[in-house]
Amino acid sequence: MSRKKKALNFGNQNIIGYILIAPWLIGFLIMYLIPMAISIYYSFTKYNLLSAPVFIGFDNFTRMFFHDKSFWKSLRVTFYYVFMLVPLRLIFAFIVAMLLNSKRKFLGVYRAVYYVPSIVGGSVAVSIVWKQIFGNDGVAMSLLSIIGIHQKISFIGNPSTAIWTIISLGVWQFGSAMLIFLAALKQVPKSIYEAAGIDGAGYFTQVFKITIPMLTPVIFFNLILQVINAFKAFTESYIITQGGPLDSTLFYVLNLYRKSFTYFEMGYSSAMAWILVLIIGIFTIILFKSQSAWVHYESKE
Amino acid sequence: MEANKKSKSFIFHLSTILLGLIMIYPLLWLVSSSFKNNSEIFVNSYSLIPKHWDIVKNYSSGWKGIGGVSFGTFMWNSVIVSVIGTVGGVLSSVLAAYAFARIKFFGSKFWFFCVMMTLMIPNQVMVVPQFIIFKKLGLINNLAALIIPWVFGSAFFIFLTVQFIRGLPIELDEAAEIDGCNKIQIFTKIIFPLVVPAVITSTIFSFYWIWQDFFQPLIFMSDPKHFTVSLALNLYLDPNSNNNYGGMLAMSVVSLIPVVIIFLIFQKQLVEGVATSGLKD
Repeated sequence: MSRKKKALNFGNQNIIGYILIAPWLIGFLIMYLIPMAISIYYSFTKYNLLSAPVFIGFDNFTRMFFHDKSFWKSLRVTFYYVFMLVPLRLIFAFIVAMLLNSKRKFLGVYRAVYYVPSIVGGSVAVSIVWKQIFGNDGVAMSLLSIIGIHQKISFIGNPSTAIWTIISLGVWQFGSAMLIFLAALKQVPKSIYEAAGIDGAGYFTQVFKITIPMLTPVIFFNLILQVINAFKAFTESYIITQGGPLDSTLFYVLNLYRKSFTYFEMGYSSAMAWILVLIIGIFTIILFKSQSAWVHYESKE
Repeated sequence: MEANKKSKSFIFHLSTILLGLIMIYPLLWLVSSSFKNNSEIFVNSYSLIPKHWDIVKNYSSGWKGIGGVSFGTFMWNSVIVSVIGTVGGVLSSVLAAYAFARIKFFGSKFWFFCVMMTLMIPNQVMVVPQFIIFKKLGLINNLAALIIPWVFGSAFFIFLTVQFIRGLPIELDEAAEIDGCNKIQIFTKIIFPLVVPAVITSTIFSFYWIWQDFFQPLIFMSDPKHFTVSLALNLYLDPNSNNNYGGMLAMSVVSLIPVVIIFLIFQKQLVEGVATSGLKD
C-alpha cells in the first residue's frame, strides 16, 4: 500500500469513526457536559429555584462537612450497603453459576427461575412486595410467630435490621451476574481442565487456578457496575423504608433527592452530588488501577 | 459408584429446587395476594392460597387508576417511553461500540474515556440541571423528558458491546479487509451478526431499566396523566389517597407482565446467545 493511500485511509477512518459515535456524542453534550457545567456552578451557589442563584463560594461544602449530620449519616449507610451487598451478590452469583455449569436435567428452568428476580428486582412493584413481606403483619412476622417468635417491631421498623431487608432485596437479584458468569464459564476451553486433570490438579485447584483467572474480565466488569449501581441505590429506600427508621436506611441519593426536591436547596444538593461523583470516581480508579494485577485478557497475548 | 452419582444428583436437584422456591416465593406471594381479599392480605400473610378470592374486584378497582387517570394510561406512557428509548439507545450504543472497538480514529481513546466517565457519574448529578433545562424548554410533564436521557445510547451498552467485539478475533476483520470490505461492510456483514447476542442483551436490559425507572419520572413528571407505571404505583402506596391494597398488588402484577413476557420470549437467546457467539469455532 502506498503511503498516500494509507494516509487517506486514516482520514476515512476519522470520518467513519465520528459518524458512528455522533449520536452518543450529541447525547454526551446535551445530557452530560452542559448539565455538568451548570451543576458545578450551582454547587457554589445558594439556589432555591425561585430567585436567581447567589454565589457563596465553598459554603455548601463546609456546611456539608461540618454542619450537616444527615450527610455523614447517609454516607455511612451507603458505604455499609455497598460493602455488604456487592461481595455477597457476586459470591452468590459465582457459586450458583458454578453449580449450574454442569450437564444435568432442568438446568434451563433453574437458570430462568434464578434470573427472574434480577429482571423485576429494580421495580417499584417488587419494592412494594418487600415492604409487605418485611413490614407489619407481613410474611416474615407471620412465619416467625409460627415458630413461637413474636416480634414487636417488624424488620422494617427496627433500625438495626431495616438496612438488611434492603440488602436482601439486592442479594436476591444475583441472577444477572450469575448469567454473565455462566456464559463466561462456558467459554473456558474444556481442554485446559483436561490438561490440568492429567497434571493431577484437583477440583479446587482448578477453580482457583483456571476458572477464576479465566473469569476475571467478567468479574471486573460486574464488580465495577455493581459498585457504581449500589452507590446510586434509591428506589428501595424511597419505597420500602422512606429512609427510616431513625435514618438507618437514608441512602445518599435519597438524602440528595430530599435536599433538591423537598427542600429545594438546589445549590447544596448539587454540591452533594459532586461529592458522590468524587467517591464513585475514586472507587472506579482504584478498581481500574488494580486491573493489570488481577484481570486476565485473552487477546493481549 | 452408580449410587454415589445418583445421590449427588439428588442433592443437586434438592438444593437447586429449594433455592428456586426461595427465589420465586416473593413473586408468587405477589400474585396470590393480588387475588386475596383486602383484609386477608395481612392475616397469615405467608399463605399462597387465598381463602376468599377477590380477583375481579382487585384488578378492576386497580385498573380504574388514581385521580381519575386509568392504569391503562400509565401503561401506555411506559410503553412509549420504553420502546422509543430502547430502540434509539441500543442503536446509538452499538454503532459507537463498533467505532471504539475496531476503528482507529482521532480522539477515540479520549471519547471512550468519556463513555466510561458517564458510567461513573450518577444521573442524580445531572438531574437538577436537567430538571431546570427541561423546565425552561417546557418539557416537564412531557414524555420526551423521559425519552431524551436514554435515546442517545448509554455507557453500559457501549461498554458491554465493546467488550464483546474485543472478544471477537481481529483476524475476522483482517480477512474481510483483504477481501475488499470497508469498515462499514465489516460492521454490517461480519461484526453485527456476531454481536447480536450483545444487542439482545442490551435491548432487554434497556427495556426493563426504562420500564422500571422510578427516579426520572419522579422528578420530571408531576401530572398523573403523564405518569409511567412505576411512578403510578407509588401513588397507590399513599395511605391518604388509597387503602386499596388488593388493587395496589394487582397493578403491581400488571406492571411486571410486559417485563416477564419479554423475558420469556428472549430468555433463550439471552442466555444461550452469549455462550455460542463467534468466540467458539
